[in-house]
Amino acid sequence: MIVAKPKPLSFLAEQLRPYRKIAVVGCETCMAVCLAGGEKETRRLSQALELERRVKGGASLLAIPLTVKRQCEYEYLELLGETLKEVEAAVSLGCGVGVQYLVTAFPELWVIPGLDTLLVGGPTALGVWEEYCRLCGECLLHLTGGVCPLTRCAKGLLNGPCGGASEGRCEVNPEVPCAWLLIYDRLRRFGKEDLLRHIAPPKNWRLAQGRGPRRLVKEEVRE
Amino acid sequence: MKGFKPTIVAFCCHYCAYAAADLAGSLRLEYPSSIRIVEVPCSGRVEEELILHAFAEGADGVLVAGCLEGDCHFQKGNVRARKRVEYLRQLLTDIGLEPERLAMYNLSSAMGKRFAEIAREMTEKVAGLGPSPLRKGVEEA
Ligand code: SF4
Ligand code: SF4
Repeated sequence: MIVAKPKPLSFLAEQLRPYRKIAVVGCETCMAVCLAGGEKETRRLSQALELERRVKGGASLLAIPLTVKRQCEYEYLELLGETLKEVEAAVSLGCGVGVQYLVTAFPELWVIPGLDTLLVGGPTALGVWEEYCRLCGECLLHLTGGVCPLTRCAKGLLNGPCGGASEGRCEVNPEVPCAWLLIYDRLRRFGKEDLLRHIAPPKNWRLAQGRGPRRLVKEEVRE
Repeated sequence: MKGFKPTIVAFCCHYCAYAAADLAGSLRLEYPSSIRIVEVPCSGRVEEELILHAFAEGADGVLVAGCLEGDCHFQKGNVRARKRVEYLRQLLTDIGLEPERLAMYNLSSAMGKRFAEIAREMTEKVAGLGPSPLRKGVEEA
């Protein structure tokens, strides 16, 4: 899933100063799970923005909370058409993809991102989300026992460990376990330590960076 | 402000604070009439939205009262409520309200006297802050 965190209320309030009627558009998928833009957060932000305007003074603000199943699909966004026609601007509580889909679906609408999109990962404890994948474009988890060194090793080493770990913790950030130790433990458990002798060649970063936006096409379903 | 009588919404857990308020009544303990009690099944039931709604409707202060820590009927409701209150106090600051307008208290059903004390304490604190700026919009409407 994609993980994001809310932008400060003061930032959004300032961005919205010129408007009197806005929508706050949440996303019930990733953003609900990382508690950044689900139904609850969407309603709470709408309330808070209205209250802020009332306290700070100026023309009153009406903030309409709306949520869709996924902001990254036009089919869901279409359902908002009627309501969005009536507002002057919108705050998107989708990830960066959601914001841009909203912009594309409603070109006449001024859209402000309500979140900072941070990472691809998952919840590791109540209230904690961690990064697990850097979207490198060529997964090598079969070589590393299912632990991603690009993401979970602070140095992103393809051939580790670096030797700097102490008591199993990363020397860069002691809060984080050494990814290469995790890899070693996993490989040993499966009797595959020999994989550590494999020297990984330089990674093809073109797959990660691309030239402009990366794209996936499935010819068998494409129309 | 002279003669200002605040309105304070008190979300009281059924298992402790609500019973304590009841007890304060039976003991004929006096506490300020500024307190408007809303009974909830657990302090953990009090969501952010509910508290913001009370402020939106013109409450000058809000208090959430749950069981003593470790004694929650639903195990962790009161701990969650406290964290939420902490979070909301920051949000209130961002909105432009004094965070002191919102407070969390813990007590047991036997603490009728403490309830009266809390009611007085909160009333004095909020009276000192003056009326909520949000009250205006509500009174005009
Ligand atoms: S818009 Fe972003 S957050 Fe929402 S479902 Fe799509 S990818 Fe996930
Ligand atoms: S190797 Fe690449 S695709 Fe696989 S988890 Fe790591 S960053 Fe993601």
